[in-house]
Parts: sequence; C-alpha cells; structure tokens
Amino acid sequence: MLLILQRDEHFLFINMSEINIVDAPPGIEGSGFFATSLDKVIGLARSNSLWPLPFATSCCGIEFMATMGSHYDLGRFGAERLSFSPRQADVLMVMGTIAKKMAPVLKQVYIQMAEPRWVMAVGACASSGGIFDTYSVLQGIDEVIPVDVYVPGCPPRPEAILDGFQRIQDLVKNESGRRRNSDYYKDLLGQYGIK
Amino acid sequence: MEETTLNNDIHVKLTEKFGEKVTAVSEPYGLLTFVTYKDVIINVLSHLKEELKFNFLTDITAVHYPGKEHGIAVVYHLHNMVEKQRIRIKVFISEQNPTIPTATNVWKGANWMERETYDLFGVKFEGHPDLRRILNMDDLGVHPMLKQYPLEDPNRVDKKDEFFGR
Amino acid sequence: MNHNHPVFTDNDPQSELVTLNLGPTHPATHGVFQNVLQLDGERIVSGVSTIGYIHRAFEKIAEHRPFYQITPLTDRLNYCSSPINNMGWHMTVEKLLNIQMPKRVDYLRVIIMELSRIADHIICNTIIGQDTGATTTFLYLFQFREHIYEIFEEVCGARLTTNIGRIGGFERDFNDIAFAKIDKFLKEFPKALKEFENLLSRNRIFIDRTAGVAEVTKETALEYSWTGPLLRATGVDYDVRVSDPYSSYQDFDFEVPVGTSGDIYDRYLVRNEEMWQSVRIIEQAIVKLKTEPKGIFHADVPEFYLPPKQEVYNNMEALIYHFKIVMGEIDAPKAEVYHAVEGGNGELGFYLINDGGRTPYRLHFRRPSFINYQMFAPMSEGMLLSDAIINMSSMNIIAGELDA
Ligand code: SF4
Repeated sequence: MLLILQRDEHFLFINMSEINIVDAPPGIEGSGFFATSLDKVIGLARSNSLWPLPFATSCCGIEFMATMGSHYDLGRFGAERLSFSPRQADVLMVMGTIAKKMAPVLKQVYIQMAEPRWVMAVGACASSGGIFDTYSVLQGIDEVIPVDVYVPGCPPRPEAILDGFQRIQDLVKNESGRRRNSDYYKDLLGQYGIK
Repeated sequence: MEETTLNNDIHVKLTEKFGEKVTAVSEPYGLLTFVTYKDVIINVLSHLKEELKFNFLTDITAVHYPGKEHGIAVVYHLHNMVEKQRIRIKVFISEQNPTIPTATNVWKGANWMERETYDLFGVKFEGHPDLRRILNMDDLGVHPMLKQYPLEDPNRVDKKDEFFGR
Repeated sequence: MNHNHPVFTDNDPQSELVTLNLGPTHPATHGVFQNVLQLDGERIVSGVSTIGYIHRAFEKIAEHRPFYQITPLTDRLNYCSSPINNMGWHMTVEKLLNIQMPKRVDYLRVIIMELSRIADHIICNTIIGQDTGATTTFLYLFQFREHIYEIFEEVCGARLTTNIGRIGGFERDFNDIAFAKIDKFLKEFPKALKEFENLLSRNRIFIDRTAGVAEVTKETALEYSWTGPLLRATGVDYDVRVSDPYSSYQDFDFEVPVGTSGDIYDRYLVRNEEMWQSVRIIEQAIVKLKTEPKGIFHADVPEFYLPPKQEVYNNMEALIYHFKIVMGEIDAPKAEVYHAVEGGNGELGFYLINDGGRTPYRLHFRRPSFINYQMFAPMSEGMLLSDAIINMSSMNIIAGELDA
C-alpha cells in the first residue's frame, strides 16, 4: 500500500513538469475507481524503481560509467540509485570479463541478492566469454548464474545498455509477482545448484 | 648492425668484469643484448645497477623454447635513465629444473614480476620472499604460458571440433 | 551466545586487530582488486593484495594471432586510453619491420594519443575527486570524455575499444568533421579544466584529504619500478615521450611536470598539468599538419599496410597482399624488439619476439598498472583506511592492464 502511495506522489510531481509519465496498466475504470490486478501494479512500481548492482570488472564497466553519467543518464529509467550492496539490489548488471577466479565471487553476490532479482549480462565477455576463449576466462556467466537479458557488443554502446535495461523493465512489468514460487524458476536455480 | 659507442663501452666494461660469462652480445634495434649464466646473474645485475648506473628495472619475463637443452630464457630489461640507454639480459635455464636466484634483493620491484614469471612459466626464483601464483588460481596446476599447453580450456564440452574444422 | 560481540582473547581489548576483506567487488575500489587488511582501529597494520580476478591470458592469445589481430587485444589492456596501446603496438611492429612513417601520420597519431591521455587522466582525477567526496567533479568533467569518444568515433567508428589505425598508418584520413570536433574540443576543454581546477586545486577539504598522504620518495619509487605520473609526482622527470621519442614527439614543445613529495595531491597536480600539456601538444600538431601535404594517412608499404577494400576486390596484387597480411604471412625479420610508449599510467612496453612464423613467438606487455600496484600493500601500512582508498584511486590502477 505504502508503495503505491509513494508512486502517486511521484506522479504528481512529474505531472507538473513536461516529462511523460508511465502509462497505467490495463484495467477497469469507472467514476472514482480503477481496478486492476495487484501483480500489474507491483510490476509497474518495481520496473520503474529498479536498483542496479553494477558488477563492473573491465572495459564494459567504463561504458557503464558513461551510461550512468550525465550524457546518457540511466537515472531516467528509475535506476538512479546504484546499490553496491547485494541485499538491496534488484538487477545484477554484470559488465566485463569474468575470469574463473572471479566466478565464485559472482555466484556469491547473486546468492546474496534478495528475491526478486534479475540478471543482465552486458557485453560479449559476460554473455559468452567474448574474444577471450582461454583457459582463464569463464565462457559466459550463464555457466554459474541464470541470466535474463544479454546485451551484445564489445563494449555495447550506452544506448544498447539502456535498451537492455528496458528489456529488463519489460520482464519485470509482465512477470507474475510470485515468480520465485514457480516450479520452472525453482528448477532453473536448481540447475545452478542455488537453493 | 653497427655498435653505438655507448653500447660498446658497456660491453667492454662488462667483459672486463665478467669475462667469459658474458656471451652472445648482439644489438637488435640498438638495444644491447647479452646472455649470461645463472650463477652470476645477480652479480651482473648488481654490477649494472651500482657501477654502470642501470638503476631502473623495466621488466622481467621469460620465453619458452621447447626442446632445447636450456629451454627457458629469463629476460631482464634494465634502463639507465640518465644516459637514456636500455639493456637486455638473458639467462637460459633448463626446463626440467627451472631455478634462478631472485633479483628481489637488488630491486624490490622485482617481486611481482618474478611472481608473474613463476605463475606463467614455472620459473622458481630461489630466495624469493613470497613465491606464489599471482594471476591464476592456485589450483590451476600447470604453468599456462609453456608452449605445450593449449590456449583454450581443454575441459570445454560445448565446443565441437567438427564445427571448427579440426 | 551473542555473536555480535567480539571475543577478546587478549587482556587488553584495544590490541585486537580486525581483518577486513576489501574487494574483489568493493564499491570503493573501482575495479576488481582484493586486499586483505589488518586494521587497528582505522589504521592499516598490514595488507596483502590479491590480483588476477580478470586475468584473460593476453600473452597466450597473442601467440596464436597474426600481428593484425593483436590490435584488438591491446585495446583491452588499459581501456581508459585504448588508442595509446593500439599505436604502441603498431609502432612496435613498425620498428620490427623498419617502416619509416610519414610526418603527417606521426602528427595524426600524436593528436589521437594525447586525446586519449586526456581521457585517461580525466578518469583518474575525477575519481580522486569522487572518493574525497566531490561527486560534482566526476559528473562535470566526465562529459569531455564523451566528446573525446565522439572524435574517436569519427576517426575509427568505435568509442572505447577503438582498434584505431593500422600497422603502417591509419585506416582512413581524418575527415573534416573530425577536425572540426577536435577544434571544438580544444576550445571548450581548457575552460572546463580550469573550472575543474578551481573546484579542487585550492579546495581546503581536498587539500586536507590529499596533501601529505601516501608520500613516496624518489628512491622508493625507482626501487619499485614506478613510471608515469606516479613517478613524476615524486620528482623524477622520466617520460618516455622525451627520453625515447617516438612518433615525432621530438618536434613538439612541451613540458614534463614533476611533483616534489609524491603524495596524492602531487599526483593530482601532475595529471592536471599533463592535461594542459596535452592540449598544447594537440594545438601544435594541428598547426604542423597544415604544412604537411594533404591526404597522406599511411606509409607507402603495400606489403604491410592492409589495402583498402575496393582495391582488394578489383586488384589482384592488393588481394594477395590482403590475404598475406590477414593470414600473418608477411616477411618480418626474425628478431626481437622492445618498444615503449608513455601510456596513461606509465611506460607501456611491448617485448616482441618474432621467429618468422605467422604469429609472434612471444609477446610480453610491460604493464605499468601491474608494476605500480605492487607497492600498494606495503605503502598502505600505517595509513588510515580512508586514505588508502584515495591512494588507490590516485594510482589509477586499471584492472585490464593489471591482470592482462
Ligand atoms: S565485452 Fe569487450 S569491452 Fe566488454 S569486457 Fe569484454 S572485452 Fe571488454
């Protein structure tokens, strides 16, 4: 309840400026009431206030800095607040090469994140190992954790990172609020040995 | 290639001091290069540092020449910043027993360079204060820069040889 | 049992040391470095650095790639200033092949390299600002990196991992838009840099946080093989551009700034001054370019310089050269060569051994970040934890270069 109230205030504030507001989810509207499913409302709220955890290891991390910077401004999508603590983060953005030495750390960070959590693999290295088909580099982070969105590029342009972020928002919006209870999700995590 | 006078000087001085121990002197692209032996390497390095003013250790690395009697070359690059001169020293050691005295007593900065060389080539620097792997995981088991080890991870299962024409 | 209370084994509870694991993904370290620190209160008693968290085996890959395909690898060494690495590598190969470059190409290279030096120093200095609590500086100057990226984009099509130039020159001439953008940058950047300096250089808080912190003497710095701005901050005027000029740096008039005490403030000042000098160099290069014959952007060495695509499709000879170069079958002398350039962080060296095969027999990168960073743990002893953090940012350790 509190969450929705806060959003209302937010809408009010935004309405006063020139910026467009997010569309309301489909529902039944009448005089004095608006009915929709709770999942949709929560999805809407969540998707516009995602806290990313930037797991930036190398070159793609520099492009992420550009994305965060004033020029591209990821904050426009409700991701102003970077959460360096996994506990409060919603999206794990893995940017850069993950070496095998790093893989356990990455998995640990993922496990520490609270549900609901999403993962975005930014760049060729995080998605597939990229140009480093070597003994020391993990061939894609999907070997250790499940990934929701892959962003190609070496490094992806900030626009691509923003696009990937919007795909995450789409996922968040349209997902059942109880994803973590589904058998599919449990199976998926089981495959990675994560309880 | 013609020897420059500066390089010539150094060469003469080194031969005076170490005689037969300084061999295979050459000068590729103006950089004085010679080969010495592991029993005198530390003396050579200290002599170069103290007497001949090569006070800056640019780099330590190694090269692997499989199949030779002395299959691993440890390469030192030194720099004399005042005379703007560089020098390269090589020591060939055997592949079976790759040991060489450490240069950490001459330059503290040699520490990580030697650790890296140990990690990648397995060269054991005797007397090194902390000879552990530095870049790779401790349980890697091999020294990956040796020529016999492949570049790709041999444990990969998703990469079928037939798709790569192998 | 209450786990929140530490159990003191010693009689004096004050003597208890705390072990802090800083990294490898700590937000304050700007990269993947792990330091296990023993803390006595806020003071660091001892520390152990662990690196290698993004070891990517560049040197091993390089043994499996023809010369051409190594350029993209060098991009990813110090990714804050990729073009310097690219051109360092090109110049190494050119040295091996004894290619003499036309002056115009040299000057074009100087422009690009100095732009990337500015980009590199922007990152470092704004991050020092950020870590001392001045986030504004970061947001403020960072957009000029964006402008530099736009220039790179105009020249080579990429922003960060530029892969700029070819062995033997550039892939294409700079177009008018690129020159216009450089001019615009030269007009706007000095103002912003001045403002940036006004924000920090005489700022009491900033000076208190940085001056006198992490002082290093010349002797220690040389002992630990430091190079680059870090060494110059201690007072040694070693700059590869001056001591071993490459790419016609001898034609330019610029100064090598040095510090006195090697503390963080000096490093900051040295980097700032280097940005001013870089601007100066670029201005001179633009003037010099005017006197050079137009349209030359590569050396006349068809056997080493990748021919343009339309030639490859229409001309037998070009096709053969293209094939040979791409497959790594060029006639390179069997020799070894060491070439150093002044990278953003110091002397970036390429030690190349060629045995006449398709690929280098051995390629070693002398990576300044790697060599500079080894002093971090010994240096931190006795330092406050918060000072150690800004010390690390002022060393500008780039993980890609650190781990190779
Ligand atoms: S995908 Fe490319 S730019 Fe990104 S981390 Fe990997 S090598 Fe660097």
